[in-house]
Amino acid sequence: MSSPPLLRVRDLAVHFPVGRRGLLGRPARHLKAVDGVSFDLERGESLGLVGESGCGKSTTARAIVGLQRASAGSVQLDGVELTGLDRRAWLPHRRRVQMIFQDPYASLDPRQTVGSILAEPLSIHGLAKPRRRKLEAMALLEAVGLNPRHVARYPHEFSGGQRQRIGIARALALEPELLICDEPVSALDVSIQAQIINLLDELRRRFGLAYLFIAHDLAVVRHLCERVAVMYLGRVVEDAERERLFASPRHPYTRALLSAVPVADPARERERRRTLLRGDVPSPLDPPGGCPFHPRCPEREAVEGDACAVSVPSLGRVGGGDDAACAHQSACHLDPTLE
Amino acid sequence: MATPMLSVRDLSVRFDTPHGSVRAVDGVSFELHEGETLGLVGESGSGKSVTNLALLGLVPSPPGVVEAREVRFGERDLATLPPAELRRIRGNEIAMIFQDPMTSLNPLLTVGRQLTEVLEEHRGLSRSEARTLCARGLGDVGIPEPEARLDAWPHELSGGMRQRVMIAMALLCRPRVLIADEPTTALDVTIQAQILELLADLQERHGTAIVLITHDLGVVAGMADRVHVMYAGRLVEAARTDDLFGRPLHPYTEGLLASVPSFDGDPTQALASIPGQPPDLVDLPPGCAFAPRCPLASDACRARTPLLEEVTDPRSSRRRRSACLDALALAERHAGEASR
Amino acid sequence: MERSGWDLGRDDVEHLLHEAAAMRGESLWQDALRRLRRNRAAWSSLLFLALVAAVSLFAPALPLPSPVTLDLQLEPQPPVAPWSVWGSHGFEPDYWDLTAVDGLLVKARLAVFGDWQTGHWLGTDGKGRDILSRIVWGSRTSILVALAATLCSLLIGVTYGALSGLLGGRVDNLMMRVVDVLYSIPFIFLVIFLITLVNEYRTELEDRFGIDREVVFFIVIGAVYWLTMARVVRGQVLSLRNTEFVDAARVIGASTARILFVHLVPNVLSIVIVYLTLTIPAVMLFEAFLTFLGLGIEPPKVSWGLLAVDGSEMVNPVRIYWWLVVFPAAAMASTLLALNVLGDGLRDALDPKLRGKD
Repeated sequence: MSSPPLLRVRDLAVHFPVGRRGLLGRPARHLKAVDGVSFDLERGESLGLVGESGCGKSTTARAIVGLQRASAGSVQLDGVELTGLDRRAWLPHRRRVQMIFQDPYASLDPRQTVGSILAEPLSIHGLAKPRRRKLEAMALLEAVGLNPRHVARYPHEFSGGQRQRIGIARALALEPELLICDEPVSALDVSIQAQIINLLDELRRRFGLAYLFIAHDLAVVRHLCERVAVMYLGRVVEDAERERLFASPRHPYTRALLSAVPVADPARERERRRTLLRGDVPSPLDPPGGCPFHPRCPEREAVEGDACAVSVPSLGRVGGGDDAACAHQSACHLDPTLE
Repeated sequence: MATPMLSVRDLSVRFDTPHGSVRAVDGVSFELHEGETLGLVGESGSGKSVTNLALLGLVPSPPGVVEAREVRFGERDLATLPPAELRRIRGNEIAMIFQDPMTSLNPLLTVGRQLTEVLEEHRGLSRSEARTLCARGLGDVGIPEPEARLDAWPHELSGGMRQRVMIAMALLCRPRVLIADEPTTALDVTIQAQILELLADLQERHGTAIVLITHDLGVVAGMADRVHVMYAGRLVEAARTDDLFGRPLHPYTEGLLASVPSFDGDPTQALASIPGQPPDLVDLPPGCAFAPRCPLASDACRARTPLLEEVTDPRSSRRRRSACLDALALAERHAGEASR
Repeated sequence: MERSGWDLGRDDVEHLLHEAAAMRGESLWQDALRRLRRNRAAWSSLLFLALVAAVSLFAPALPLPSPVTLDLQLEPQPPVAPWSVWGSHGFEPDYWDLTAVDGLLVKARLAVFGDWQTGHWLGTDGKGRDILSRIVWGSRTSILVALAATLCSLLIGVTYGALSGLLGGRVDNLMMRVVDVLYSIPFIFLVIFLITLVNEYRTELEDRFGIDREVVFFIVIGAVYWLTMARVVRGQVLSLRNTEFVDAARVIGASTARILFVHLVPNVLSIVIVYLTLTIPAVMLFEAFLTFLGLGIEPPKVSWGLLAVDGSEMVNPVRIYWWLVVFPAAAMASTLLALNVLGDGLRDALDPKLRGKD
């Protein structure tokens, strides 16, 4: 048997108790933010996790790095189970998995200099002597395209794009193998966004990083990720290689999502037909029975009977190569290959 | 060309702070015609939102100081109108919708109360007349069971629904101009598609002119007839949508278009990006504000601020407007690329 | 990742480090200080308070008459201008029991000025004691009380509040209920009760435990004044705890203590400082109030509250000894005003919305 993938997530679930009554009361019900997510991520691979707000993509990321306790399921890094580890047990794995955050204004401590922000991971892990840490910080700044002379400055002296670079440098300080990127460019202006995308792309090639890239912008994901998983209401509904997903999406939700993205080309905008979805994303507090997408699904009529409203379709292979890594999976009753 | 329904000349907004004055908007002029959609594009801090707040007298003063040669709306000059008159026009003839549907509704009043208030205020209708009209208005924006929704509280509605309510509210008085400030930025793409479709449909039915303020070039491409691009408080390019996307005549527009990741480019190629950071409005460089990031910048660009001037596009022989000294060279390069 | 690949040449490194040190950034504190300086009212308040603190700290070393030396006269003497009576000889160091440091300061004074002392520039009270001297010595009590409350607020209040906010959930719930309970105790009554108790068993307590009224007084102040601070800090920490920089610290493996003291506490300090400048006047007033009721500082020691008591006792319809009331009141009022103005200025200077703007 081959070695385990770098990251293996199986049936991950994160449920939040809602409406707890009193100090010791039992929660009235659970919000199922993530409800059975599974995927593998190979070394050096870049997987995009896309979906709309409330689909559970960020919670998935937080559960993987241990910021959120998983209610069920497993997260394995190189075959080692990560769920349920306490801070001390997690510590050695921190060096292998790091995270980049969404908001460049909130993700840096305003009272620390850039130098101490970048030296902090080194000192926590006792990596480099105090004097060397400043040099390491400078080297990190250099690596993300900032002036190494700015180590003694404070975050408020930098613009949004520069701060995001500092956040990336901090994540790189521990020389991780896997970077979890939680919407790292969605708070940035278009021209700065392109700079950061290019930087992330370059760093991945330079240091052989694997990315789990969370985003709601499909075009950005297409640019950075070789494989894409689409989430809807806490579940993965489609998972495929980039070319296959964008050229021949199988799940009705993926199709609708792709057709809804505006394109910066007036001619194409005029002639294209949007698949307009009815209504809003249902609340994860009160998800519909059966396929979570069925109340909004434009292709539901094509399915005979009321399978959509009754049973939850599981993720199954609908094409792609023989290798598990390039399988195209979808979770829809429409697919004849599915049971 | 017909007389524009809204025409703005040399609008400037500056914020006087104890630490220097910030020129948020600097000499912006534009026109809006009956039934058209004008896209106003720019990144954060480019002054696109402040421009429209200034039109309606909504810039807080102090610290804001608004100056304009003329803000003509039909027969009236909004710049010299007394505040009470301006309030009558605002919401009645010119309506606005904002980015965040979560905060633009008062959480303590029912949807119906907030909607009927508008009609009672501007049209002097009775409560029951207003309710009927409001229910129809909600139905118009695609809200199911509008009658029942009138009694809903804002927190009971989703983000998309709230934005629909905001649009319904803005359209209640059948305004001639709708200013939509990032109307879909806070929404998910599938909801964004619904709202954009709705706006286009409403415009077709009522002939409302729309000023669409956004940073999303995709939204503009699908919605706008003409596009104005702003950078550091100034208009840098103004053109019809097709011309602008096909042959941008300002290096900033060109850079902006190139930095949007697309669905058909080669994903393994690096994106073209604009180097550097947007300028600090307190401390703008002399000359063209874009010069420090511009691949074409020359000493002339750094010496004086180029104004938005007419350029003839050699390919279409249409007259375009760009605030770049090298606009003609850009136009010729596009023409050369096209003939090759 | 190849860390060695990033290494720069040896000379380069020294050079770069040197340059980086020269390009030191401006911390938010420096930024705030600069903005505070531009606020003339707040800056002069700060200077005034520094002057008050210095004068009261070095009171024993100043050539003032002793605040307790009696000079039996029939009635209080009005102020005399410094140019008419500059000073006189005949100072004798009679005080209550002073601390060792104060004793040294008195010695220093005797060495420098001999037995020279200033004239009664602000008049004397009914027992012939110098008002100026009593105001200066009285300020020491007020400042001591303020320091005690500040210390309690900072040590107990900030730590307790920050911990409660950071841990959250049930622990937070429990810790805050404790605060609520302490809050609900009517402290004025508690103070009255405790002090009557101390009065009753005075000698016993003093001999055996060294507890006198002043100690009780400070314990009470300490017990009350950290509560609000704990609430304020807890609220701030609660809102900071879920920010991304705290998440980021967790992801790099920071311990709870590190998150608390490296990341959270420095970020709530600005609010803490502003809040302190509002607490201090309240505490000073509280001291004056208790003393006025006869529950605070006892003669022969002086405090501003005591001066107010003395002054008000001398007020009668026949003859108004205005200087007995006006000068102590002016000293107190100007200090409180300065603290409030400074608090206001600090709030503006530390306002995150104004950060980076000079």
